[in-house]
Amino acid sequence: MATFVLAPHSLSPATRLKDAAAVAFIALLLGIPMIGLTTVDSGGALQIATRWPTLFIFVGVAFAGRLVLRYGIDQFKAHQLTRERSSAAMAAAALADSSGRSGGPVLTWIAWAAFGVALTLPMFFADNRYVVDTATTVLIYVMLGWGLNVVVGLAGLLDLGYVAFYAVGAYTYAILGTEFGWGFWQALPVAGAMAALFGVLLGWPTLRLRGDYLAIVTLGFGEIIRVILVNWTELSGGPNGIASIPRPSFFGLELKPPGDDPTFSSFFGIEYSPIHRLIFLYYLILALALLTNLFVSRMRKLPIGRAWEAIREDEIACKAMGINARNVKLSAFAIGAMLGGFAGVFFAARMGFISPESFTFSESAIILAIVVLGGMGSQLGVVLASLVLVLLPELGRDFAEYRMLLFGAAMVLIMVWKPGGILSHREPTLRYAADGEKR
Amino acid sequence: MSAATAPLLSVERLTMRFGGLLAIDDMSLDVAARQITGVIGPNGAGKTTFFNCLTGFYKPTEGSVRLNHPKRGLMRLEALPSHLVAHKAQVVRTFQNIRLFPKMTVLENLMVAQHNTLQHASGFSLAGLFGLAAYRRAEAAAMDKAIGWLQRLDLIDKANTAAGDLPYGMQRRIEIARALCVDPLLLCLDEPAAGLNPRESAELNELLKHLAGDEGIAILLIEHDMSVVMNVSDHICVLNYGRKIAEGTPTHIQQDPNVIKAYLGEDDADEQLHAEARS
Repeated sequence: MATFVLAPHSLSPATRLKDAAAVAFIALLLGIPMIGLTTVDSGGALQIATRWPTLFIFVGVAFAGRLVLRYGIDQFKAHQLTRERSSAAMAAAALADSSGRSGGPVLTWIAWAAFGVALTLPMFFADNRYVVDTATTVLIYVMLGWGLNVVVGLAGLLDLGYVAFYAVGAYTYAILGTEFGWGFWQALPVAGAMAALFGVLLGWPTLRLRGDYLAIVTLGFGEIIRVILVNWTELSGGPNGIASIPRPSFFGLELKPPGDDPTFSSFFGIEYSPIHRLIFLYYLILALALLTNLFVSRMRKLPIGRAWEAIREDEIACKAMGINARNVKLSAFAIGAMLGGFAGVFFAARMGFISPESFTFSESAIILAIVVLGGMGSQLGVVLASLVLVLLPELGRDFAEYRMLLFGAAMVLIMVWKPGGILSHREPTLRYAADGEKR
Repeated sequence: MSAATAPLLSVERLTMRFGGLLAIDDMSLDVAARQITGVIGPNGAGKTTFFNCLTGFYKPTEGSVRLNHPKRGLMRLEALPSHLVAHKAQVVRTFQNIRLFPKMTVLENLMVAQHNTLQHASGFSLAGLFGLAAYRRAEAAAMDKAIGWLQRLDLIDKANTAAGDLPYGMQRRIEIARALCVDPLLLCLDEPAAGLNPRESAELNELLKHLAGDEGIAILLIEHDMSVVMNVSDHICVLNYGRKIAEGTPTHIQQDPNVIKAYLGEDDADEQLHAEARS
């Protein structure tokens, strides 16, 4: 099989040499003025000097480089072809086995393993602030990714301003908390509803837009929200932000040093430690993220979820099936925004201080990158992509100023290796089984 | 009762203008219940534009499209948006260039077609979110309906396959099955036989006759394949340059001089003269 597969891409040595020679010739043409000739300053006058040896080295490198590159590309293509064929064969085999759940068991196993790790992580790193803190950040992005997945992955509406809803959630809680003394749990649903309202507000004028045009408008929307937060000083504190936002409590028990009121540590009779609050925050976002996941997975299997996917696939066909595309799109915007709002509330509560600087376009870009990198619509893919996108810059800290370069290179590599995202497999929302019905 | 004899759909003086282009010019047509009405005409005659006007995708410049709905009474389709034409008036269409939901499975495609019923049963997702029994029953019923059509259209083996991965002829059948899941009163098929092989066309003929005769679904059929149109249609309307040039039974249409002229060109008479001059 291997020789057969290689055939379309394996070229004769003569062809390869000719190809490399052509490249070398172009290199020579370009190189004569750029490398071969140089100006030297001799006694105040510019004179032209030649550098033929350097030029020949340059042309030689181009020749050899082209040979190697060409060979590498061919090998890669041949390898890809083999893989495509074997995956096609696997797909055929999966089809033959009508009850086979392709790709299912391994992914389920990974998901449960990830869940187990997430659940036990603080127990192993109870004295390591850095790990717990970074894991909390990862989970915020996981939750944001799951929220944006509804809009981008399921409904196919490219949203470049998702951070706006994150900001709306965060500021709603910050204002309710500092001005009106609301607690975290009281503010959570209100902030979610507020973000959903903004989702509809954004969705309404963009109903007729798709693709690039929608992306531009959502990008603008994200910026508008940020600019308002910067300039409306009476409401948002402007660039100074809002400080001393109330921390979430554990069923009414504050997580702070022992004082007059019963605190978490005094109630449970344990010694106070600042890490308790970090671990509590970690479990809080874990719970919120898992609820989000449960909610979105469930919605996907409901009529509204299928309608979201149908809108992504073909809006006109949806209308012909009697589906009100406007309502379906608005519901996707609203629910995605609501989940972003919840994440925002948590962010404000965790930081205790927010300012417009936390809600720049680059945040939207990272969240979108998580969804795209993870594989549009894939819940587990979002987790993996969040790990990659948050941990890579962290791991790269040793490389100082090169870390963003590494980060970019890693993203390019992933997109070359898996253009559809890390997990591009789509699990049907329901299945027909010949012996009966099951979901 | 006059309702029994009145046509299901009556199109009156329909005109559709795109800037300077007159796509449909003063067209009138009656579509009877439980019958198959063929709409034929050369390319660019305005057949698909006519469908778009019926199903709310275009707003006609002039004229009216009235549907005699057995439950809801008289409905004016030209004033309804496309999703209400399908949902409330139960006039459902297919597309000339197949429009399935390619990444979703065949079964999911048919479930999406039952969105309104299911969405209602799911209490706008609340009952569905908590998996209440009423919603589960509605979902099972929707599955049964989808599976029923898949079995009758010989698609059941592909129920769990992504619709976009299937061959062309099968995709045409899926689109019809999906439209049937909307419970159409009037089914508008835009070139359902395009790209089908002769055996598949023959099967399509049987299906259309069965739908109109046994299921009582009125069918409006745009088709170029004469073996289908002439075979199944009870009534045929011929369009050319947006105008209705003939109407009647298939045998009547086949002999109509205007139709022959539209399809074979205007030179017939000239050639006859030349032939006579030469002899």
